[in-house]
Amino acid sequence: MKLLIQFPGALTTVQDLGRWGYQAIGMPVSGAMDAPALIRGNILLGNQDNAAALEMTMSGPSVLFKDGEGAIAITGGDLQPRLNNQPVSNWKVLPVKSGDVLTFAGVCGRGLRAYLCVSGGIDVPVVMGSRSTYMKAKIGGLDGRKLAKDDELSTGQAGKYKAGVSCPENMRPDYSPDKPLRTVLGPQDDYIKPEGVKTFLSSEYKISPSSDRMGSRMEGSELIEHVKGPDIVSDAIPMGAVQIPGQGLPIVMMADRQTTGGYVKIGVVHALDVARLSQLMPGSPVRFSQITQKQGIEISKSEAQALNSLRDYVMKFSQTQTLTQAQPQTQSQSQRGAMNVIVNGEKFFVTWERL
Amino acid sequence: MSEFKAKILPAGETCIFVDFGEIIDMKINACVQALKRALTDEPFEGLLELVPTYRSLSIYFDPLRINLDALYERLNKELAGLDDYNSDNNQAANSIEIHVPVFFGGEFGPDLQDVAEHTKLTVEEVIKRYCGSPLYCFMNGFTPGFPYLGGMDSSLETPRLKNPREYIPANSVAIGGAQAGAYSIASPGGWRIIGRVPYELYDPYREPAVAIQAGMYVTFYPVDMNRYQEIEAQAKSGIYKIEYKQREMTSK
Repeated sequence: MKLLIQFPGALTTVQDLGRWGYQAIGMPVSGAMDAPALIRGNILLGNQDNAAALEMTMSGPSVLFKDGEGAIAITGGDLQPRLNNQPVSNWKVLPVKSGDVLTFAGVCGRGLRAYLCVSGGIDVPVVMGSRSTYMKAKIGGLDGRKLAKDDELSTGQAGKYKAGVSCPENMRPDYSPDKPLRTVLGPQDDYIKPEGVKTFLSSEYKISPSSDRMGSRMEGSELIEHVKGPDIVSDAIPMGAVQIPGQGLPIVMMADRQTTGGYVKIGVVHALDVARLSQLMPGSPVRFSQITQKQGIEISKSEAQALNSLRDYVMKFSQTQTLTQAQPQTQSQSQRGAMNVIVNGEKFFVTWERL
Repeated sequence: MSEFKAKILPAGETCIFVDFGEIIDMKINACVQALKRALTDEPFEGLLELVPTYRSLSIYFDPLRINLDALYERLNKELAGLDDYNSDNNQAANSIEIHVPVFFGGEFGPDLQDVAEHTKLTVEEVIKRYCGSPLYCFMNGFTPGFPYLGGMDSSLETPRLKNPREYIPANSVAIGGAQAGAYSIASPGGWRIIGRVPYELYDPYREPAVAIQAGMYVTFYPVDMNRYQEIEAQAKSGIYKIEYKQREMTSK
């Protein structure tokens, strides 16, 4: 199956779970901003967790499917998808065939970006171990750029999937907008005055409109003070690192973050909450709360359990669907039959006929 | 490593920093490299990626496979064994020197005047000292190919911008605090921009893709606009040769 981009949308790129292993030469990781949404879409479709999908921002693309058939699952934010002009649901396996057209009405206040996962994944060349687009260095995805009109994408070898299966609500990512972003303090929280750490953990910030795939900038009135200035001898920047530059307002580093940087990092937001942050509209309120590194690891483990529950659910759904489909078939097709039966050691030949 | 004690610091649920000190120093960098080698030679369960920087080693791991207590114990053991790191500092042997042309000031170096004012030097003196510094590339980071250069004349130290710029053109040459560097691709950033290199510092389709690499010695030299445009044109048509040469190892 192929996808023809009839209209690209504001920012549509190919992303998987990122380009790990090359940060030492300065190559950013990139990958899906909302990885938990991408993984769930891939599980629904029977893909590898890391299969590439289209990350669609604000206004989605218009996609014509051609050359074969397959299935899609749209996950993440609600960009109001329509298949052949009929509204369709997120988090659900939808069969598609040649000539079908997927469009989006665009953001409606429930998330900023969505993932178009396809059976078999989007097949673009793997660059340094990943299909993720990193636009600034012009690598990955389709020629290292965002998608444009008339681009054509192939899909890989599809796995086993079942049309109609959908991710139950309790297994979806928690997108609650009011929960604080859980943050492990460090590595440089001691470069911030104690009152500054309190300010960080108690203030309400607003997401700045100049946020992007690289970083989410916070706006606010209460400034965080450094002990001896915001500059450090540059070191690494993990996903979710909260930099405090000289103006005293946090910047949360996202998927396309630079590998290293020279501003004090007060803490690191948990990966799940980075994903949640990536779905919030500019202007949305944001708070930070403190967790320990071990609590962070426990949160990651509970996410892994949620993903395993979804895998089980998808598998069971496929099995029960097979049974319920099989039963009416045998009933409707076989109107009469015959068999040998043994009752108390005696053989009988029995014929039967549906009445 | 007598003056400072290495610190093991949390950096979220997937990363630990081992920090060797808050200065740019060859010996500290040698410790970073030594710990990196130790963990590369004998990786622990769940290790994903090691990112060496000037002064710290960032250790990325899979939170589902990590035994955090065991990792801290392992790191403490490795650090205890690093005391004799001094003999390890032999990375300068057989190193490469790169000479990099720069047009300083004007539209390409909007912060050159500010650096001169901050350092109380003339613009000419800033350029002279910047080009006269024996720079060493400690690491690539930030974005693909961005070289972090140590060894800049300390009289040129200028703090980063309070509010980083949202756009800096590729190949801009800069000062960030005590460091020198060059933006290898267009990106946001807070360093003071003083000039521009006429060719791509990062070009994924060229060999080498990254012009200034970790371990190289770097000398910038000023060119006028005519020469800048000449080199730019040569680079665009693929005939410009980056000025590398083998570094003569003298007594030091």
